[in-house]
Amino acid sequence: MKEEFLTDQLKTQEYFLNMGPQHPATHGVLRLLLKLDGEILRNVDMDLGFIHRSIEKMCERDTYKQIVHLTDRLDYLSSHINNEAVALLVEKALNIEVNDRIKIIRTIMDELTRISSHVLWWGVMGMDIGALTTFMYGFRERELINDIFEETCGARLTMNYNLIGGLRYDIHENFVKRVKDFVAHFKKKLPEYDKLLTGNIIFRKRLEGIGYISKEDAIAYGLNGPTARGSGVSCDIRKIHPYSAYDMVDFEEAIYTEGDSYARYKVRIKEMWQSLSIIEQLIDKIPEGEYKVKTKAVIKLPAGSFVQRVESARGDFGVFAYSDGQKFPYRFKFRSPGFANLTALNKMSKGLKIADLVAILSTIDVVVPDIDR
Amino acid sequence: MILNIFTDIHELLLGLMSEEAAHILELVLIAAGYLGIFAILGLLLVWLERRVAGFFQLRLGPNRVGPMGLFQTIADALKLVSKELTGTVKADMQLYKLAPYFVITTALMSLALIPFSYEIHAFDINIGLFFLTSVSSIGVIGIFLAGWASNNKYSLIGGMRTGIQMISYELSVGMSIVTMVVLAGTLQISEIVEIQKDGWLIFKGHIPALIAFMVFMIAGTAESNRTPFDLVEAESELGAGFHTEYSGMNFAYYFLAEFVNLFIISSVAVVLFFGGWLSPFGITDSIPFAGLFWFGIKVVGVIFIFMWFRWTFPRFRIDQLLTLEWKYLLPINIVNIVLMALMVWLGLTF
Amino acid sequence: MSYFSEIINGTKTLLTGMRITGKYFFVNLFTRRDVITQQYPDNIDTLEMFDRFKGEITLFHNENNEHKCDACTLCEKACPNGSLEVLGDKAKDPETGKNKRFLVKHIYHLEMCTMCGLCIEACPQDALEWGQDFHHVEYDRSKLTKVLNKPGSKIIPGLKG
Repeated sequence: MKEEFLTDQLKTQEYFLNMGPQHPATHGVLRLLLKLDGEILRNVDMDLGFIHRSIEKMCERDTYKQIVHLTDRLDYLSSHINNEAVALLVEKALNIEVNDRIKIIRTIMDELTRISSHVLWWGVMGMDIGALTTFMYGFRERELINDIFEETCGARLTMNYNLIGGLRYDIHENFVKRVKDFVAHFKKKLPEYDKLLTGNIIFRKRLEGIGYISKEDAIAYGLNGPTARGSGVSCDIRKIHPYSAYDMVDFEEAIYTEGDSYARYKVRIKEMWQSLSIIEQLIDKIPEGEYKVKTKAVIKLPAGSFVQRVESARGDFGVFAYSDGQKFPYRFKFRSPGFANLTALNKMSKGLKIADLVAILSTIDVVVPDIDR
Repeated sequence: MILNIFTDIHELLLGLMSEEAAHILELVLIAAGYLGIFAILGLLLVWLERRVAGFFQLRLGPNRVGPMGLFQTIADALKLVSKELTGTVKADMQLYKLAPYFVITTALMSLALIPFSYEIHAFDINIGLFFLTSVSSIGVIGIFLAGWASNNKYSLIGGMRTGIQMISYELSVGMSIVTMVVLAGTLQISEIVEIQKDGWLIFKGHIPALIAFMVFMIAGTAESNRTPFDLVEAESELGAGFHTEYSGMNFAYYFLAEFVNLFIISSVAVVLFFGGWLSPFGITDSIPFAGLFWFGIKVVGVIFIFMWFRWTFPRFRIDQLLTLEWKYLLPINIVNIVLMALMVWLGLTF
Repeated sequence: MSYFSEIINGTKTLLTGMRITGKYFFVNLFTRRDVITQQYPDNIDTLEMFDRFKGEITLFHNENNEHKCDACTLCEKACPNGSLEVLGDKAKDPETGKNKRFLVKHIYHLEMCTMCGLCIEACPQDALEWGQDFHHVEYDRSKLTKVLNKPGSKIIPGLKG
């Protein structure tokens, strides 16, 4: 009825608006071609490739040890998890068994990465919706995690900490204390997030019922990670195919069934709580042991194809390697969660307003270098 | 009453030239003075905003240029003055260049009506508030023109949003002012302040005045295009909105005018609800120019509330903005006017 | 009735948000306690990086201007993007009379380095190590190409080549 009135009585000319690649809301260099009727979105076309660095091709001329550091540059907000995916793949292919110490440290690092990614997402989410202050509050927590990373790994963003067969360094002596401090600090600050945004009436009105995608559609589009879990799809790789120390811990998969932007928002908030609980369960259980398993100087994978899936902060991150027995892979492929999630953008945002598109894009939580590679 | 210093200048000028010439020269002097006030106010408020935003955001804000970063905005202004004025090739050049002056002129005209103190009040007419609201609604034309003439779709969307927003919220601002005028019984700004000698209007009018104040604050935020109603600029959606294509001083006009408008809205709130330049309980009413101090403090207080809004809330969507106005604020306002009229009629005000 | 309850509840949520930001504002206004930013160029003297911080690759030199590198070029081979170039030469060792490799130039292209640390991992002599300096900004990228071995430096005597 509303649509008919618009089209019949108030005929307006449809026009195209070029959003990006240089645009504050597109989180990097993503180009969206919007077909608009006034402010109403008729169609959203995505144009990718502005930050394509042919990382997959570069992997084909790199040894397996060198590939690990390239994965930092995919989804730079979950670099630990990406590193780990490659490390796990090679370890699986070569039947390298790592000890519990390595597994637990890896898991703690993963969860810290997840928190730091979600915290940044929360800040940017607020900023996209218009609340500029949340960004700095998110960064306050992120800085603490970055300090933990820097002390142990030596870098704040591209850590390159997971190696094939272990870790680059042993954890720093302050690591446990710092992580415990952070957990205590974050437990106090996370309720503040709820007060500032989650409960806020404007924020809720901006997200509730916006960007709806049903469970069936979510599966059909191949959505994954928190984006799919907001539609009630159970797809947590940590539960389905536990890796590292995830089978030692008890945690709940964050699932909401509403399928709208607000559900996706709540999934990520809940994931932060779950990550905290995982860290708390593991931090006191780090056993003694070597931090690195001796590997050969030149690693050659046996001929064949290998797959490893991990749950990155954005969803199901997959690594596929086809080896012909050389020290370089014949083909190396990354399956990035953001790419699949982005495809549903048009479905989610059709018929809504420009402001909604920005909110939806934010709840999908795209990292463009991950999508373009 | 004109204070001694002004009479001195007046007599000095009379001694030098004829009465008409002296009168014109005085007008020019006052205009120049107000231009100075405009620039200083703008720069000071920009500094205040950035500083306050810093503290809200766990930062320090500008703190390098001058004491507490006070000269930061002056340095920024100098930079803007020295910058090239760019524009799009296909822009409607006449309108494009004209647009900033609408905004800045209306802001200046409104500024003339603001009673800084008992002595400093340039233009005190008997329809003061009416004049103020009518003048300030002209400013939207400047923003609208900027959006249209830039020949940029983002600017156009921003300009269109302004049109919708201003037309809607002008109503709420006007209505809440009318509510207070019912209580005050006059439109003349100096008289409105005078009748608050025995109590600010927000206490005199109690419940309806309080409602009117809240509505005024919400609508005032919308009028001055600040978050949560900054859809006109909405940097995460439209880049910079209507002034996307403006650079250098043309951009600075918009920027300054925005902050002067914030000052004007806050001043109106202070005049209508908090007794203008009057000191609490009349403690310093006999001292000349003391009103300036009290007025300043009150205005900064109200401005701080606006800033508090800005650095806390997310932004509305355009249809929610209209829903808020037409489904919530307007009905509340209409009921509130009737309530206020009843109160005044029945003598229930203090 | 939901009309009014929505207004009241909505206002409440807005006020809770304002209480949070307001708390931080007043704390920072009076005490600066929660300010999280560093005043960077001011604290340059007191700024200490973590000891594992990866600022740049350096070649360890002891007090006698001696390093541990025997120009085996394993680091060069380990580097994924060709940031290291090891120029070595062979000369007759006066003691043993055998031909021995020695380092001429250890060239480091900082502009290409991704700080992955594979060279340090690969070095059998532990000759390379991380430097904590991060002030690498230059106007000319050719200045980022550095020679890591200091002029006149030699390999530590007795180290097996």
